[in-house]
Amino acid sequence: MTEMTLLDKSPGNESPIKEILLNLGPQHPSTHGVLRLLLQMEGEKIEALDIIIGYLHRGNEKLAESFTYTQIIPLTDRLDYLCQPSNNLAYCLAVEKLLGIEAPERAQYIRVMMTELSRISGHLLISGALPMDLGAMTTLLYVMREREMIMDLMEMATGARMHSSYVRVGGIREDLPEGFTDRMLEFCRIFRARIVDYETLVDKNRMFLRRTRDIGVISAVDAIDWGLSGPCLRASGVDWDMRRDNPYEIYDRLQFDVIVRENGDCYDRWKCRMDEMRESVKMIEQCLAQMPKQGPVMVDMPQIAFPGDKGKVQASMESLIQQFQLSAYGFKVPAGETYVSIEAPKGELGFYIISDGSEKPFRMKIRAPSFVNLQVLYDLCKGYYLADVIAIVGSLDPVMKEVDK
Amino acid sequence: MSGILELGIMLFHVMVVIIILFLVPIPFTWMERKVAGHIQQRLGPMRVGWHGVLQPLADGIKLLTKEDIIPDRADRLLFKIAPIISLVPPFAVFVAVPFADNLLLSDMNIGLLYILAVAGLGIYGVIFGGWASNSKYSLLGSIRSCAQLISYEIPMGFAVIGVMMLSQSMNLSDIVNAQADTWNIVYQPLGFFVFFIAGLAEAQRVPFDLAEAEGDLGAGYHTEYSGMRFSYFMISEYLVMLTISVLCVILFFGGWHGFLLPLPPLLWFTLKVGFFVYLFMWIRFTFPRYRYDQLMSIGWKVLFPLSLANILVTGFFIV
Repeated sequence: MTEMTLLDKSPGNESPIKEILLNLGPQHPSTHGVLRLLLQMEGEKIEALDIIIGYLHRGNEKLAESFTYTQIIPLTDRLDYLCQPSNNLAYCLAVEKLLGIEAPERAQYIRVMMTELSRISGHLLISGALPMDLGAMTTLLYVMREREMIMDLMEMATGARMHSSYVRVGGIREDLPEGFTDRMLEFCRIFRARIVDYETLVDKNRMFLRRTRDIGVISAVDAIDWGLSGPCLRASGVDWDMRRDNPYEIYDRLQFDVIVRENGDCYDRWKCRMDEMRESVKMIEQCLAQMPKQGPVMVDMPQIAFPGDKGKVQASMESLIQQFQLSAYGFKVPAGETYVSIEAPKGELGFYIISDGSEKPFRMKIRAPSFVNLQVLYDLCKGYYLADVIAIVGSLDPVMKEVDK
Repeated sequence: MSGILELGIMLFHVMVVIIILFLVPIPFTWMERKVAGHIQQRLGPMRVGWHGVLQPLADGIKLLTKEDIIPDRADRLLFKIAPIISLVPPFAVFVAVPFADNLLLSDMNIGLLYILAVAGLGIYGVIFGGWASNSKYSLLGSIRSCAQLISYEIPMGFAVIGVMMLSQSMNLSDIVNAQADTWNIVYQPLGFFVFFIAGLAEAQRVPFDLAEAEGDLGAGYHTEYSGMRFSYFMISEYLVMLTISVLCVILFFGGWHGFLLPLPPLLWFTLKVGFFVYLFMWIRFTFPRYRYDQLMSIGWKVLFPLSLANILVTGFFIV
């Protein structure tokens, strides 16, 4: 950041106007976690700002080097904690690519369905949190109501509300429970109507529009140059979605529109997410309709997958050994390196894994979309007001756990 | 002798009004939390007493027993008196407010002018509080409230001129009595519109609560306050809200005059004021807030010309 002049107080470089140096965060109602911003302001106008991250650094990438491939899955849960199945999926796809395997068809449908469900959950929270940061508190509580339904669905399928670790290398942990399909369909039906509710509350509100339209504008060229991805990129008019342009799993069998908007301001980023939730509902319904009703949800490979039937572990010696081996030592992955990225709710989430042939990765690098998206903040905020910084941070939707890894 | 008696009676009346006003925030906080809860698909307070009616008392006890923190390097004198400066004007306003026919402390000839002038003083508490806290967040809150003050006070003053022209008086009782047949809102919809919006800004409520904007300033001017000093600011905020509601009723909605139902005048007055208080809360939990430059542009570019146009049109019809 060469333009940064915060520490450059050499004589002759002093502004005649007294500037305020404001420390925003790491504990602040609107920084969505522990983002810390150092703002240099003239009055309330932002002259320069510095982004300070690392308050939530847990060394996920380094930790992964001493974990077996299965043990890493819970680590990925804790990246973007609003949409765990996406993170699981990206990681498992990378490992599967190294192993040269593919999950069974039914498992792929369930994975995609859960990923889209978590996309709704992630987008919901920010669609409510952005208006709340601007003062319209009610929207957040409305979206929490629907998020609770998603949490219940997650709990039903995975046993956990937040850190589900549902997607496994070679499939998913368990098949869907009975009655899940009906409840999912009911959720889709209710949720369609509720999106309209949010829009009535906020979308046509002039105050909300004045606070978000033409604020924090980024052009398509700049967005690409900064490496933005996800809704932040599509809001600027770049028609790029990994689900369509580089399909993984069964996305090529689903019919959906890629939401692209033009202006690249806070409102478009927000609106883009709103419309993407509609598409996700569509995709979930298609998944439920197309999914094979029966079939395995885990690859039939004893060296990778746990025995499908828990009863077998008690009855057969081979299964017991298989269970013990996998739990205690994990499975070996052929030497090599790979990069797999998917369209996570926040953008392109990529895992780069180098394997040396052992049970543990030699190196794992996470391309976290929140981290990449956040770096554009300096350019977006410059020249706007303090109150706009809040809207811009909210519209970029960083999850600090993912930023700090 | 009679002089002392009169003084005693007057003091008694004053005490009664002050006590009532001190009690007003109790139902208001409960109401606000309940309204918020139900608007937001929640229940609101439910634990303390029936449907949480005793919640404000619990909050009061909590605030009383909290440590009173004064930040280092704060301007201690200003820091201590700022909440009081903020608290006194809303009380002083009610000297001139007629709650019903002949039910008022002082029947001033210039009651309206007095109320507008005194209510405007409350902003000093906010400015001093933010300045004395020696915190950047508080200071920014204060700066915003200064900017806000000059933007809304003028349209607000101009908006009531139409009412004065109609009733040919600045005495609040006269203004109410002039509305015995038709309420002013019929003749002055534009004036009411401007007055109400400026009133929202005066009461520092959403969408104009920029001075405390919890989204960007933490809590704005009262970031550093705790305990009772903080609650003084809260009480004054509720009382200003009450003042604006009372003024809306008196100036535009016929004061204690009712319609259809023959209810006691005081009850009519209370019901109308209650409606406006509810309206304030409804707005708070529905709208986002403006940016402070946007508030200023609304004040100067929209409300100010509208209030002038209102005076012109009113004058045209009267003549």
